[in-house]
Amino acid sequence: MMKCENISKELVAYLDRRANSAERLMVEEHLAECALCHARAEEFRKLWSAMDEMPTIEPSLGFDARVRQRVAAEPSRGWTGWLVPQPRLAFSMAFLLLLSIWIARLPVEPVAVNTATTAQQEDFNAIKDLGVLENYDVVTKMDALSELAPAASEQQAPSQKEQPKDSGNGGM
Amino acid sequence: MIRSDVQLMLDVKAGDEASFDFLLQKYRMPLVNFLYRMVRDTATAEDLAQEVFLRVYRARKQYTPSAKFTTWLFRIATNLALNSVRDNRYRKLETSLDAPVEEDTIPMELRSPDMRIDEHLMERARAEIIRRAIFSLPDKQRAAVLLHKYEEMDYGEIAKIMECSESALKSLLFRAYETLRVQLAPLVAQPVAHRGGEGRAS
Repeated sequence: MMKCENISKELVAYLDRRANSAERLMVEEHLAECALCHARAEEFRKLWSAMDEMPTIEPSLGFDARVRQRVAAEPSRGWTGWLVPQPRLAFSMAFLLLLSIWIARLPVEPVAVNTATTAQQEDFNAIKDLGVLENYDVVTKMDALSELAPAASEQQAPSQKEQPKDSGNGGM
Repeated sequence: MIRSDVQLMLDVKAGDEASFDFLLQKYRMPLVNFLYRMVRDTATAEDLAQEVFLRVYRARKQYTPSAKFTTWLFRIATNLALNSVRDNRYRKLETSLDAPVEEDTIPMELRSPDMRIDEHLMERARAEIIRRAIFSLPDKQRAAVLLHKYEEMDYGEIAKIMECSESALKSLLFRAYETLRVQLAPLVAQPVAHRGGEGRAS
């Protein structure tokens, strides 16, 4: 026998005469054997009958007039029709706007990237040796500078050495 | 020739205002009653019903007969009612549960002219108990019961309105009717002097 909880979902459709033949047969077999569900089904029928007692209400006298008034106040589809919110139109406009922005950015984008890259490279070059130049010890003891100093003195030295030679030779 | 609701709506779409008026006359009562039973306030129910008709009118240009007209109509009404109930929940929480029913919230009801006064009072009291029991159901259960019991819609149509499967709807309806069965057991057991009203025959 099918369990009560399994039959419950079909019970309303059975009592409503909307269940198909297989569902109807299944519920009828269960109701024949289950006194609890049989009693529940009878109480559902009585409940529905009692619910029929709830009367209907009548809309107030001015209801139709108010609906017609609000409908009449709706904007007509004239030349201002495009102002009325339309999802398709709004979507199309947004899509076109995004597309135009994307297209407008296409030629500008590489230049912007190159400019940014060049500027970054220049900045990097400017600060690359800044620490070294600001360090006095490094500057004074730099090998490159120490090599430059004798070279500079050697450039001056020959002239100084040549003078005594010349003077010596001249003296002889 | 009797035009279907879909044809009437297509005529509204084509610019025929008289067809809209015909739909208004046909569905004003069911809509106002459905919404009243959902929100339990006549003024709010009428405001919401007006809003439903207005939305139908506004959507006339985009209308395509993809479903039954009543499915569309009551889906709008159900969504508006559920939103209204949800929005007013905080206000309702401040109201005492056992507060007396305000006289102006009880609308003019249609009754049989040959009914005696005491019978009318008895029926009115019973109706109020049933109305309260239905209103105490969870919102979605209440909507499902109203569409099933009073609008006599089939399960497929209600499922579309409620945006759930037919199987889920059947479970929802069973739970709702089971709650009502327990709550209204004393009332159901009492003999009834006079029975009227409308609804699905069981």
